[in-house]
Amino acid sequence: MTDQEIIDKINSSLAEEFEFALAEMTPDTTLFEDMGLDSLDVVDLVIVLETAFGMKIREEEAIRKIRTLGDIHTFVIDKKRQMESA
Amino acid sequence: MFLKRVVITGIGVVSPFGRGVENLMGALLTGKSGVVEVPALSEITGMRTRVAALATGVDPMEIPRKFRRSMSSMSIFATLAAQDAAAMAGLSDVELQGGRLGVSIGSTIGSPQTMQEFFRDFGIDNSLERMKSTLFFHIMNHSCASNVAQALGVTGRILAPAAACSTSCHAVGYAAEMIGMGKQEFMLCGGADEFHPLTSGTFDIMNAASTRFNDSPTRTPRPFDKDRDGIVCGEGSGILLLESLESAKLRGATILAEIAGFATNSDPGSIANPNASCIAECMRLALEDAEVTPDQIDYVNAHATATEQGDIAESEAIAHIFGAKTPVSSLKGHLGHAMAASGTLELAACIEMLRQGVLIPTLNLEHVDPLCANITHVHGVTNCPIKTVIKNNFALGGINSSIILRRY
Repeated sequence: MTDQEIIDKINSSLAEEFEFALAEMTPDTTLFEDMGLDSLDVVDLVIVLETAFGMKIREEEAIRKIRTLGDIHTFVIDKKRQMESA
Repeated sequence: MFLKRVVITGIGVVSPFGRGVENLMGALLTGKSGVVEVPALSEITGMRTRVAALATGVDPMEIPRKFRRSMSSMSIFATLAAQDAAAMAGLSDVELQGGRLGVSIGSTIGSPQTMQEFFRDFGIDNSLERMKSTLFFHIMNHSCASNVAQALGVTGRILAPAAACSTSCHAVGYAAEMIGMGKQEFMLCGGADEFHPLTSGTFDIMNAASTRFNDSPTRTPRPFDKDRDGIVCGEGSGILLLESLESAKLRGATILAEIAGFATNSDPGSIANPNASCIAECMRLALEDAEVTPDQIDYVNAHATATEQGDIAESEAIAHIFGAKTPVSSLKGHLGHAMAASGTLELAACIEMLRQGVLIPTLNLEHVDPLCANITHVHGVTNCPIKTVIKNNFALGGINSSIILRRY
């Protein structure tokens, strides 16, 4: 997958799960303020990403620092690259 | 008897006839059936019944995702009905959210559909890694009550009675007692259930579900009819807004009817089979609570689900208490049996019957079973200036309940 394909898949998965308009999703979009997510949603966000990309990320320390959609893009792209090179 | 008089000022309905008590009454007065064939039931091994009364006219997207994420369909039904009941009563946000309003809403069990989805996934690899954070809120026993309270911002008491087919009768009765004791000024009360094959299957394996009318669903169930062959399960929600008479008068609210009495008792003789003496005792206790005599009851809205034993036992009990002349009908022929929602859906119709001075007949009652012929059945829509009615509900588990409504 290219980086853009990964980004598109992240955005479409989260848009579907959280009923958010794709057109309003930019890298600067904040999860809590802009998307209105809360702690329960973050649990489900992890499950959505794990299911979409076939990876385990629940225990990753880096997840706790995610604040924006761009942070998710970077995190997943890095994780995918790590998995491919492993 | 309640220390404070308790009245109804709002009704919310989600039924096979859509949303709102107007749609419900329109269908009942024109003899419509909400029962349909459900093809998916034919794909279940061992399931003989293929009919159900499914809710219509529901748009879950009306509820914001923040609240909807913790709801299965039964909570969605209950929330929409509760919103409608509160709106009909004209409650302000302060009245709704200020702590003087409580919620008493129950269901038979938590969401069977969500439980099925969880255990199906869990069974694949014995894993919890795909479990969503909101799963528990769908399956907890107080799912409907809590979800309604969350969505409407209720800060008062929460009660979630669970007594299968008696659930919403209990919910209303206990709510009336709370207001009657002065513990709450307003109560949103009633029941909700969602259709699932587990419910139909439960009755089917007991030989208590209708199986002979799968190809002509609107001809079943047939309460009190000699050709009845059992229950048709349904779904939906009925929610009433109760408040003290003083409160309703102070607000200038339109008073739809009064809750005059309530009773419930347990039948330890059998967890499944109804007993005429226990049913009669429940109705007698309700009359005592309302301080009325049997001859003051103008109409009996029967539980009558079209089972062999239930209809006969209820007929015997009604004849014992009221004699042969008081008009009796069951609305299960139109609505099927919406389980925890049935009591309040039928109470909603009783309120309108009181207001409109009309009796609705038992749909599909063509030839009265001789064993149910000891009472007067309503066979057609009948204009009748009724003032006081009794509504029965009886549940698996041996739980009887009766509510007495009075025109105001």
